[in-house]
Amino acid sequence: MAHFTKPAEGSWTQHYGLDTTPVSYEDSISPAHYELERDAIFRRTWLNVGRVEQLPRAGSYFTKELDAARTSVIVVRNRDGDIKAFHNICRHRGNKLVWQDYPGEEVSGTFRQFTCKYHGWRYDLDGALTFVQQEDEFFDLDKDAYGLVPVRAEVWEGFIFVNLDPDAEPLVDYLGEFGAGLAGYPFHRLTQVHRYRQEIRANWKLYIDAFTEFYHAPVLHAKQAVADESRKLQAYGYEALAYGIDGPHGMVSSWGGMSPPKDPNMVKPIERKLRSGLFGPWDPPDIGLDELPPALNPARHKAWGMDSFLFFPNFMVLIWKTNWVLTYHYWPTSYNTHVFEGTCYFAPPRTARERLQQEMAVVTFKEYGLQDSNTLEATQRMLESRVVTDFPLNDQEILLRHLHVTARNYVDEYLKQQPGTPVSISAAS
Amino acid sequence: MATFPPEFAEFEPLADWALPTERERYAKRLASSMDELQAFYDAVFPRLEEGMDYLDRYPYDDMPDDARNLLWLLSSLVTVSFPVEVWRQPHVPDAGAASLDSVREPTP
Repeated sequence: MAHFTKPAEGSWTQHYGLDTTPVSYEDSISPAHYELERDAIFRRTWLNVGRVEQLPRAGSYFTKELDAARTSVIVVRNRDGDIKAFHNICRHRGNKLVWQDYPGEEVSGTFRQFTCKYHGWRYDLDGALTFVQQEDEFFDLDKDAYGLVPVRAEVWEGFIFVNLDPDAEPLVDYLGEFGAGLAGYPFHRLTQVHRYRQEIRANWKLYIDAFTEFYHAPVLHAKQAVADESRKLQAYGYEALAYGIDGPHGMVSSWGGMSPPKDPNMVKPIERKLRSGLFGPWDPPDIGLDELPPALNPARHKAWGMDSFLFFPNFMVLIWKTNWVLTYHYWPTSYNTHVFEGTCYFAPPRTARERLQQEMAVVTFKEYGLQDSNTLEATQRMLESRVVTDFPLNDQEILLRHLHVTARNYVDEYLKQQPGTPVSISAAS
Repeated sequence: MATFPPEFAEFEPLADWALPTERERYAKRLASSMDELQAFYDAVFPRLEEGMDYLDRYPYDDMPDDARNLLWLLSSLVTVSFPVEVWRQPHVPDAGAASLDSVREPTP
């Protein structure tokens, strides 16, 4: 029996026009399909690479490895205060321009200009080539023609995105109604940042699958609640308050009975004492949020606790009722590996008590994450056996279904534009 | 030289748990036996509230060293609470060799 109202069609899946048949996971185990996704998705969509607070002044920069998009980018604030992005490659002989110690690792810092380690070519913060070592040894070298190769960079609510496709629509159009509906949320006040990173041995979409459904939560994470409560949660199951789909993006709106719980005995002793847990500190700070932006708690439900947005392809934003934010990024490195980043954003703590409450939320996220991520490797291994090829997804798994359909559609569209290319997974099945 | 404020002198034998980063706290948890984790929890948990009350007298960005050490000790209690209250073992069950590493955290 449904605890929360579903759309008139009887299910969220049918409401959003998705079919209800079992799905194939061939798109998560095929090396050839992943190669297509790199060009069809990761070189053509807006990718969130960081936040403006990471670039506090002129010359502040960071690099971002975009393995799936076959490049590395430098993101920098120039002297006018604008944020620019460039491919991280020297125009002389192709050396990676900015790196330290390990060519594959990301770096950040402040530069007045970029100097190549190899032959000392220099570029200003706008990418112009300003110095060539022994310039008169070259043959008619026009320095103006050898600036850094620019990458489109645009900012939404303090989040910096890049896009390798010069013809892509503007970022705000791409982010659609969810982007517009979150505008004004005080992300810029949540400057206390904890970031975690993990190399995952599973396809990038499988981890998004895990984090866009909470059907698994009462089972996989059963032990994280006290025993009686865990049994109740499992019998109750999980239902979202609402789901939303807009173009390639999706969202799930969830209840949040744990911050604070109705009965303190529902939670572990440390949570009771600290007044914090998975849903964040129970006594939220004032972050100047007088009214929720329209995209949050779309059902306007009293039990609302958290909304989770997936901005296709690989950027998730979780906004909690308790005034903090969690972001997830999934950066593919092969068809069955990716790098996961989880970042917690809080208002700066005013007291040690608040710092400990935040620590509790962060550590809880980590303990859950470790449970989630190893399950993925187990899934990837068995999917690759191809013993079973069709999998039934339920209505609470609508966002997974939508993600895989969307990703396949991007590949199909891309293939249509390429003459004489192989047949896609969708066309073959 | 005392690590903690005089009111919390009984924690001096636990001074090696006053670690300023989550990465260090988690590594120490994994390197400890359940007996050690339980002993740490049993010593610190009963004074958690008192510890927070004590620390509340300072603004977060202007704490004396001994108070900050107490904060890191209580942070270790957060890390240790999971094996003691939930897992009954130092590492997360079924997490195998998986590691979710802190790459950025606030300092202090």
